[in-house]
Amino acid sequence: MAIAGAILSRLLKAAITLLAIAILNFFLVHAAPGDPAAVLAGEAGAADEQMIADLRAQFGLDQPFYVQLARYVGNIVTLDLGYSFRQGQPVLELILERLPATLILTLTAFWISLVAGVALGVAASARVGKFTDTLITGTALLFYATPLYWAALMAVLVFSVQLGWLPGFGYETVGSGFGGLARALDILKHLILPALTLGLFFMAVYMRMTRASMLEVAQQDFVKTARAKGLNPATIRRRHILRNALLPVVTLAGLQAGQLVGGAVLTETVFAWPGIGRLMFESLAARDYNTILGVFLVSAAMVIVFNILTDLVYRLIDPRIGHKA
Amino acid sequence: MKLLKATTFLVAATMATGAVAQQDGGRLDLIVQPEPPSLMLGLVQNAPTQMVAGQIYEGLLRYNTDLEPQPSLAKEWSISEDGMTYTFILNEGVSWHDGEPFSSEDVIFSTKFLQDNHARFRGAFSHVESVEAPDANTIVIHMKEPYGPFINAFEAGSMPIVPKHIYEGTDYATNEMNATPIGTGPYEFVEWEKGSYIHLTKNEDYYIDGLPHIDDLYYRVVPDAASRAVAFETGEVDVLPGGAVENWDVARLTEMDNVCSSSKGWEFFAPHAWMWLNNREGPTADKRFRQAVMFAMDREFVKDVVWNGFGTVPTGPVSSKTNFYTDDVPQYPYDPEKAKELLDEMGYDGTPVRLLPLPYGETWQRWAEAVKQNLGEVGIEVEIDSADVAGWNEKTANWDYDMAFTYLYQYGDPALGVARNYVESQIQKGSPWNNVEGYVNPEMDKLWEQAAVEPDNEKRQELYTEIQQQIVEDVPVAWLLEIEFPTIYRCNVKNLITTGIGLNDGLRDAWIEE
Repeated sequence: MAIAGAILSRLLKAAITLLAIAILNFFLVHAAPGDPAAVLAGEAGAADEQMIADLRAQFGLDQPFYVQLARYVGNIVTLDLGYSFRQGQPVLELILERLPATLILTLTAFWISLVAGVALGVAASARVGKFTDTLITGTALLFYATPLYWAALMAVLVFSVQLGWLPGFGYETVGSGFGGLARALDILKHLILPALTLGLFFMAVYMRMTRASMLEVAQQDFVKTARAKGLNPATIRRRHILRNALLPVVTLAGLQAGQLVGGAVLTETVFAWPGIGRLMFESLAARDYNTILGVFLVSAAMVIVFNILTDLVYRLIDPRIGHKA
Repeated sequence: MKLLKATTFLVAATMATGAVAQQDGGRLDLIVQPEPPSLMLGLVQNAPTQMVAGQIYEGLLRYNTDLEPQPSLAKEWSISEDGMTYTFILNEGVSWHDGEPFSSEDVIFSTKFLQDNHARFRGAFSHVESVEAPDANTIVIHMKEPYGPFINAFEAGSMPIVPKHIYEGTDYATNEMNATPIGTGPYEFVEWEKGSYIHLTKNEDYYIDGLPHIDDLYYRVVPDAASRAVAFETGEVDVLPGGAVENWDVARLTEMDNVCSSSKGWEFFAPHAWMWLNNREGPTADKRFRQAVMFAMDREFVKDVVWNGFGTVPTGPVSSKTNFYTDDVPQYPYDPEKAKELLDEMGYDGTPVRLLPLPYGETWQRWAEAVKQNLGEVGIEVEIDSADVAGWNEKTANWDYDMAFTYLYQYGDPALGVARNYVESQIQKGSPWNNVEGYVNPEMDKLWEQAAVEPDNEKRQELYTEIQQQIVEDVPVAWLLEIEFPTIYRCNVKNLITTGIGLNDGLRDAWIEE
C-alpha cells in the first residue's frame, strides 16, 4: 500500500512537472528566430507576401501569442499533440511512426552497455591491479574518450566500406520484400553498428562505476564477516558485494534510460536510422513547432517515468529504502 | 501561327540515343536530400519535393538543355504572332494514376489551384487575361499583354497539373490524398517510409508507348553527407544528385570504376550565387565600397579551391546559361590595389561589416572565410555572423545584415528569375527571394518592364544588354559564382539527364544497361 501511495503522489507531481515543462518549451521554441512559414517560403526558392500570409494563417501564427499558448495548453491537457502542417500529419502519428526504430536502437544499446559494463566492472575488480584489470580499464577509457560521431564514422569505414561485413546505414534492406524471420535478421544486421556505437560510451561509464563501487564495498565490515564465516568468495562477490555495489549503477542507468527517446540524434544521423531523434532535429531546423513540442513532451514524460521506475528498482535491490526508520 | 510538331522532337530524340536498344526493367536507388516535407507538388515546391514529385506530376511542357520547349502533356502548341494567344493541344488517352481520364478540365482547374498555392505561378499568371478549354484536348490562354518568358513557365515545377476530381471543393492543404499523390507522370507513388525512403513504381499505362523503362525508383533519405558518400561507394545507391555530397568527395567518387558525372540538367535553374550587400545603410550603401568588394575578392580562387573547380565566375546578374545573357559589361578582375583606391576615394573609415554565410554545410563556411580573408587584405574588417536556416531566412528577409550569401534560381529567363532581385516593386520585407539588397533605380525598372513584354527577341536582347551593363556598374550585389552541381551516377544508367531540369523529370527516359 505504501508503494501504491508513493507512486500515486509521484504521478500527480509528474503531471504538474510535465505541464510546466510543456509551457517552458513553448516559450523556448518560439524564442528561436524564424518561423515555419518563413522556412517553407525560404525553401520554395520563390515567395510573395500572399504566400507567407497564407501559411501563417494556416499555421495559426497570425493569432496573438497568448492565444497560441492557450490553444497549445488546451490541446496538451486533452492529450492532443496537434497537427504538423509542414508534414501534413498529426504529430502523434509522426511520433508513433518513428518511435519503434528509436526504441529498438536505444534499448539494445542500453542493455548491451549495462550488462557488458557491469560484467566487465566485476571482472576488473576481481583482478584489481593485474593485467586483465589494466586491459579492461584502458579499453573503457578509450571508449569513454572517443567522440561518438567519429567512432560511428570509423565503424562504418572499417566494417562496411573496407570489410563489407555489415550494412553501413539504414534500418533494413530497402525493397527486399523480406518478411517474418528474414526481416528480423535483416534489421538485426543493420542494428549492430549503431547500437554498439551508441552503447560504448555508457558501457565504459558502467564499467568504471561498478569497479569502483565493488572495491569500496569489498572493504566494509560485513564482507569481512562473511569471509570469516568461510563463505566461498564467488558467493560473497555475487550476493554481498555486487548487490550493494549496484545502487550507484542503477542511478546512472535511470539517467541513461531517460534519454531513450531523445538521446540518439547523432547516431541516428550518421547511420540514417529513421528514429525520433532525427525527427526532432529536422523539425527544429524547420521550426515545425507542434512536432518539436510533441517530441520534447514525449521525451520529458520518458524521463519522469524512468525516474519513478528507478526508485522502484532501488527498493527491490535494497529493501531498507522506503522503510521509515 | 508558328506550329511546332511533337514528332520532330521524337525523331531527334531517337537519333540522339543511337543504335543501342533500350532495356526495360531494373531498380534505381537515388539520394534525396533533405527529406521533402510533402510530395504534393501543387502545394510545396521546394527542391527535394520537385525532384521526387517531378516523376509523379507533369507540366504541359518540358525543356531541353538549351531551354527549348518540348512536348509533355501538351503534344503541340502555338503562339499567335502578336504574342497574345497561346494554344495547347493535349495528348489523348492520358489518365491519372487512379484510372480517371485526364482532360483540359484538369488544366483549367490547376490554374485555379496554383493561383492559391504557388507564388511563382501567381507571378507568371498575372499577365494572363483568361484561360479556356474549347474541347477536352485543347487549352487556349489569352494574355493581357505579350509576355516573352511565358513560354518558359510550363514545366512540372512551375505549373504542375493536379487532378480536379481529387481536389475540387476540398480544403487543399488538409486533403488526405496529399499523402498519396496522384499524377499523370511516368511513375506512381507506392509508399513513403518517413526517414528512410520513398518508393515509386512504373506507370504501366503511361501514354507514351515504351516509357518509362525502369521498374522501381527508391529515393533514399540519408541525413549525413559523409554517409551519403559511403552509400554510393558501397553500391547502396546509384545516383547522387547535385549537392548530395561535399565538393571534396566528388573527385574521389568520380575516380571509381563505372562512375560518371555530369553538370547538365541545371540549365533551367542556373543557380547563381552572390552576396547581398545592404544598399540602405553602412559602408555597403556606397557604390564605391561595393565595387571595391568586387575587386577585392579572388573569385577564381574560390571556384578552384572551395568549389574544387566546379562552376563559372559570373559577369553579372544573368547566368551565362540563361537566355539573353551578355558578357559585354564592366569587368571586375581580382585587383586588390584598385579596391584600396576605391576605398580611399570614398574615405572608408574602417567600420567593420557583418557577413552572414549560408548554413548549407562546410563549403559555404569555407567560402565565407575566403571572403573574410580577401576583404581583410584591402582593409575591410569582416565579422562572420552565423545562423541556422530559419535564422538566415529571418535575418535576410528582414534586412538585418550587411553582407549575406545566397543563391537563387533563374528559371530560364531574366524576367522570371532575375528581375525580382533588382526592381523596386520587389522590395518587400518577409521574403528572402526578392530585392533584399534594396537597390532602387527607376530607369532600370522601366527597362525591366519593357523587356518583359517585348514580343521581339532581338529587341529583348538589346534591352537586357543595357540592363546588365548598368547593373554591373552599380554592383547592387556582389556576384560570386554560377554554381555547378554535378550529378554522380553509375555509367550503366543511360539517358538520365535529358532536360534543363535534369533529375527532376528525367527518369521518364532513363534506362539501365545490364
